[in-house]
Amino acid sequence: MTDLIKLTAAEIAAKIASGEVTAVQVTEAHLARIEAVDEKVNAFLHVDREGALAQARAVDEKRARGEKLGPLAGVPLALKDIFTTKGIPTTVGSKILEGWIPPYDATLTRRLKEADVVILGKTNMDEFAMGSSTENSAYGPTGNPWDLTKIPGGSGGGSSAALASYEAPLAIGTDTGGSIRQPAAVTGTVGVKPTYGAVSRYGMVAFSSSLDQGGPCARTVLDAALLHEVIAGHDPLDSTSIDAPVPPVVEAARNGDVKGMRVGVVKQFRGEGYQAGVLQRFDESVELLKELGAEVVEVDCPSFDLALAAYYLIAPSECSSNLARFDAMRYGLRVGDDGTKSAEEVTALTREAGFGDEVKRRVILGTYALSSGYYDAYYGSAQKVRTLITRDFEKAFGEGGVDVLISPTTPTTAFPIGERADDPMAMYLADLCTIPTNLAGNAAMSLPCGLAPEDGMPVGLQIIAPAMADDRLYRVGAAVEAAFNARWGHALLEEAPAL
Amino acid sequence: MTVTELVSYEDALASYDPVMGLEVHVELGTKTKMFCGCSTELGAEPNSQTCPTCLGLPGSLPVVNAVGVESAVKIGLALHCEIAEWCRFARKNYFYPDMPKNFQTSQYDEPIAFNGYLDVQLEDGEVFRVEIERAHMEEDTGKSTHVGGATGRIHGASHSLLDYNRAGIPLIEIVTKPIEGAGERAPEVAKAYVAELRELIKALGVSEARMEQGQMRCDVNLSLRPNGTKEFGTRSETKNVNSLRSVERAARFEIQRHAAVLSSGGTIVQETRHFHEEDGSTTAGRIKDNAEDYRYFPEPDLVPVAPAREWVEELRKELPELPRVRRNRLREEWGVSEHDMQSILNAGAVDLIVATIDAGADAASARKWWMGELARRANEAGTDLAALEITPEQVARVCALVAEGSLNDKLARQVIEGVLAGEGDPDAVVAGRGLAVVSDEGALGTAVDEAIAANAGIADKIRSGKVAAAGALVGAVMKATRGQADAARVRELILEKLGVEG
Repeated sequence: MTDLIKLTAAEIAAKIASGEVTAVQVTEAHLARIEAVDEKVNAFLHVDREGALAQARAVDEKRARGEKLGPLAGVPLALKDIFTTKGIPTTVGSKILEGWIPPYDATLTRRLKEADVVILGKTNMDEFAMGSSTENSAYGPTGNPWDLTKIPGGSGGGSSAALASYEAPLAIGTDTGGSIRQPAAVTGTVGVKPTYGAVSRYGMVAFSSSLDQGGPCARTVLDAALLHEVIAGHDPLDSTSIDAPVPPVVEAARNGDVKGMRVGVVKQFRGEGYQAGVLQRFDESVELLKELGAEVVEVDCPSFDLALAAYYLIAPSECSSNLARFDAMRYGLRVGDDGTKSAEEVTALTREAGFGDEVKRRVILGTYALSSGYYDAYYGSAQKVRTLITRDFEKAFGEGGVDVLISPTTPTTAFPIGERADDPMAMYLADLCTIPTNLAGNAAMSLPCGLAPEDGMPVGLQIIAPAMADDRLYRVGAAVEAAFNARWGHALLEEAPAL
Repeated sequence: MTVTELVSYEDALASYDPVMGLEVHVELGTKTKMFCGCSTELGAEPNSQTCPTCLGLPGSLPVVNAVGVESAVKIGLALHCEIAEWCRFARKNYFYPDMPKNFQTSQYDEPIAFNGYLDVQLEDGEVFRVEIERAHMEEDTGKSTHVGGATGRIHGASHSLLDYNRAGIPLIEIVTKPIEGAGERAPEVAKAYVAELRELIKALGVSEARMEQGQMRCDVNLSLRPNGTKEFGTRSETKNVNSLRSVERAARFEIQRHAAVLSSGGTIVQETRHFHEEDGSTTAGRIKDNAEDYRYFPEPDLVPVAPAREWVEELRKELPELPRVRRNRLREEWGVSEHDMQSILNAGAVDLIVATIDAGADAASARKWWMGELARRANEAGTDLAALEITPEQVARVCALVAEGSLNDKLARQVIEGVLAGEGDPDAVVAGRGLAVVSDEGALGTAVDEAIAANAGIADKIRSGKVAAAGALVGAVMKATRGQADAARVRELILEKLGVEG
């Protein structure tokens, strides 16, 4: 059974389709793995054992009836606890939604079920996806399977840890400022933030509506592509959903190639604050791309220096409004309702008790930034910066003639749990390289490019593509992945210590 | 609360010039809500017409109702507004339990329609132009019912009940520019504006605009400035004034109250006020200081609305005749005075009369029955004309039966009574009650012969040329036939039988 958990999603799907193993066997193997290691890792907030097995049985029955199975039928998946699941708790890592059982499935949840993907459970995350370490979860931190004393990234640390600990071969994340890519980078896994609007946000609890984007997480580029194809596509329930065909991501992942491509290295993403080992592995990646036949050029994106500041005005502003609905009136936590207090007092007491410090910090910041008299200076200016950043990208991909941009995914490797907990600014810097993509709405991937020599922790390479050209990420990613695996003689994750 | 002694309306206007602003909310008659697929039907079980989106459940998202946008554009066009080429929704952030998301999805600095006007006709025929600032789309809130307090307001209530069926119902808010220069006629202008707007909304078919059901609600903003000055005074905002009469009374009351405060050296506080139907007064609500900050920002969950120009022009071509223009046309066609037309309008009879004419009646008859017998019966029953259990087609049939001589007016009233009593169509009532005019010449001839025989003296007078005496014999025949004869025909027969020229 140990073998089953080490397989890729593509391999599992093939074995189930051929009858070599059953979906129930695969699910049981992963449930057993969760049972064995998750007490240490804390990747899952909720394991839906019965639901997962029922889903697996349905796949096996379908196969027995001779029905055609989808490309990921029977493959287990860890779902970030930000997507609603009918009848299954959805907490968003917050006390304020403790005990809430959603009456409806997110579009993404529905698509997974329709594709016969087996949802094992819901994964831990920074509360409302606000954080870069999963330490802001109300339900305790998640450990990095490479070193359990270190953070697995955030906000989707539960999903990245589930992959790296072989608790699931596939996971779902959401990326508002890097919450898919940074966890992938620090756990040696693959994560993709698709073009904004590619994956429906219906049923994804909102943090910052104009930045939030769900996406696939996996241990290989091909697995991510297979999952991407299942979850992406137009949804009439999400007005911001793209009404166009999904780019051919699986085809691209099966045909990795960078020959003749023009790859831009973002000048702004190095220097002070970047760990030496991270830059070393990044520079090796650049050399690798050249060896594979890509032309590498340096690209100047001056507005990227303003991205972090703009992000920390836009995201909190939107979140201050999105989180206003948690008022104890209709669902979730209710504190102080002893029959003597007004609705307003109960709302205030509930929000005081139910939200963690980081959420409160951002709600306060955003409320301030949207206030009359400050709006133009803060929210308005940030939106202008956003336009400038979009133009920098357009310039690089347009007149710069660059096919993709590359950078380190995050300036450092995983840091120890607790190290930055009291220093929000240090924490925010983890998303320095990922944020511009969210502000501009285009697509990006993080994949492993080696271990930093100084701490032996994984380093992530970020590939950035223009909007709607998500397939380009997979074409480049697959080529890089194959070349590195050939060089190392195995996948990077195999170097992780046993749990 | 200190009660200010009101100054008389005349005294108020002698010193002050009123400036008004009217904000009208109209609930659109779309089948589904503004941002989700829930039904908008009134009167359903509380909270039965809700979904994740209109309940604001975590993760839910809005999708714009295209019919709502079309209705907004139609209203904008009918109000002679410019229609935005590109506009966005905005979030208006404030906490209230009946607002599921604690922000209202509305429009802020990019309304779908702006810069228009509506010409309104006062009772004496004078036309007053009300300038329109903007018309924008938004969603309604849920409904709070405060239980246990004396006044139904939240103050003093033991608890509140929340019904989210109304949450998300599409609203159009129509805001006037400051209405200046109406002088003493300001309250009348306010009433005429709301009345005209209601007619317009109904004519567009975008809402039934029933004020008594809250489908149309009006806020009256009013300030006074000393006569001859330009600068606006501080305004009060009287909320939810929900009948035409109340709009007029609220404006009038506020003019008198403001004048009382100002002339005694006081200052007007910028505040919302509640209107009281019982005595037409207003009382203070919440103080509107500048601290109230809705933190508007563009709604990131919705894409901008960009009405294509060709589509807007198509809608413009399809606009119905404006109610004021239509009324003037009908007045001329029907040949009635301004005053009579106003009565017809006030009675809510315009469309009923038009429909009756469309069903074949002549204008004079249609008007006669609706404004006479039917108006009387509606009045007795304490209901609207439109609520009477008789259709314009049925009224037209009554008119036709009278015109062909099958019924006289007296019988026609009985037929109407029968229709209203649920006895069926006019023809069914005529048959059922045996109300047809006696037109059987044989039966009628016998009745005439009997009347002549019984009144030989009168018959002789007629034979000798006193034709006027025939009335007495007609009366006798009508009595004998219990009123079911055609009196004119009876008279003809009498004269014929007595060999006299009529």
